[in-house]
Amino acid sequence: MGLGRRIGESQLWRSIFRHGPPRDRRNRVAAVLTNLVLHVHPVAVQKNALRPSFTWYMGTIAFYLFLVEVVTGVLLMFYYRPTLELAYQDMLDLRHVVSFGVLREIHRWGAHAMVIVVMLHMYRVFLTGSYKPPREFNWIVGVMLLVLTLLLSFTGYLLPADQLALWAVTVGSNMAASAPLVGAEGPGHQLLTFGEAEMITPTSDARYLLLGARTVGEETLNRFYVLHCVALPLLAALLISLHFWRIRKDGGLAAPRPAEEEEA
Amino acid sequence: MEGKKAGAKRGPAVAQGARRGFLRGAFGSLMALGFWALGGAGLLWTAAVGRFLVPNAPAGPPTRFRAGVPGDYPRGHVETRFQARFGVWVVHGTHRGRDQIFALRSVCTHLGCITLWQEREGRFVCPCHGSSFDRQGIHREGPAPRPLERCAIAVAEDGQLEIDLARTFQEELGQWEDPASFVEV
Repeated sequence: MGLGRRIGESQLWRSIFRHGPPRDRRNRVAAVLTNLVLHVHPVAVQKNALRPSFTWYMGTIAFYLFLVEVVTGVLLMFYYRPTLELAYQDMLDLRHVVSFGVLREIHRWGAHAMVIVVMLHMYRVFLTGSYKPPREFNWIVGVMLLVLTLLLSFTGYLLPADQLALWAVTVGSNMAASAPLVGAEGPGHQLLTFGEAEMITPTSDARYLLLGARTVGEETLNRFYVLHCVALPLLAALLISLHFWRIRKDGGLAAPRPAEEEEA
Repeated sequence: MEGKKAGAKRGPAVAQGARRGFLRGAFGSLMALGFWALGGAGLLWTAAVGRFLVPNAPAGPPTRFRAGVPGDYPRGHVETRFQARFGVWVVHGTHRGRDQIFALRSVCTHLGCITLWQEREGRFVCPCHGSSFDRQGIHREGPAPRPLERCAIAVAEDGQLEIDLARTFQEELGQWEDPASFVEV
């Protein structure tokens, strides 16, 4: 243990980690509180709150999948070029030419899994009543994260730039055109008319904003690429941090109500 | 108070740690095995990512190409049509009194700009600092310190000249005497 101890007590180590080895309660608390990543979490959780039959670990798995998507996604960006001419071939090359191009498959399956897991997480939170006060705002953050998960999937779906992607996004973005008020084909868009000037037209409505053009094309691919790789993941990371931090601020992980009675 | 308590507790924990043998510490628990597995997976992952980042299909033109038969090149001819794609001039010139066809790299030997063939002057001229090279690739003016480089050239089995951009020959090192650097005509 001589070497480990010498490292643990060196000035370098102590300048990074301000606490001793996490062998007692005080240092365990310090280990969580003084760590940028961990301090978002509650310092302590009830043992009962971690019962797999109670939590299903779906939130943790969803977060883990998000990390998998970030890591594999960044690696895919080394090969993928978002133009209609190159995108499909780059996607095929990842499958057939690039070593360990299976990362692309992992990214895709991870995305599918993330949607399922996030929904199961929501289902679990509903079943255990974990959305009730004081956690009602965290439920709302969770709904925003669900929407972000779906948007990430939707924007990523276009990136292979094949026929499936093209028509899926055509259909999907037509929904934006049918949205109330902000869609040119939606109900109530006439309300946003000032004198003669119509504000919501096929070249100024929500779909146009999404596509960057009247139909899915080069501009759309670029927009979805930026949304998928930069804007949405940043937003998701921010909201995930808020989501975790709120767990701590709302009194820790929700635990089964009869826990105290059972343990006592 | 709390600090004292923590210190008091650390004593026996360390002593216990000191007593534990290295092997028991490293392999004795599921936790330790888990960390070994994690470390192993991390190493494999790092290796795989490293390999992933190495492109398998390099971009750019092939390093070997065919440039027609020797008969296409009259004496003194400088062929410019391969320059844009492959970066070489194919020349029927002379070296030490012998008639040769050779492939000159168009990269200036001064700072690496691309030279231009000036038919009227009979010179390869570098636009960056004004170096110029004669038809044989020998430096004549400007800061270029040495002649242009040759690429390997040979007559392929179909009778065409085959140029290999991967092998180069430098005059100042005597490498232009290498039969792989020219085709005798």
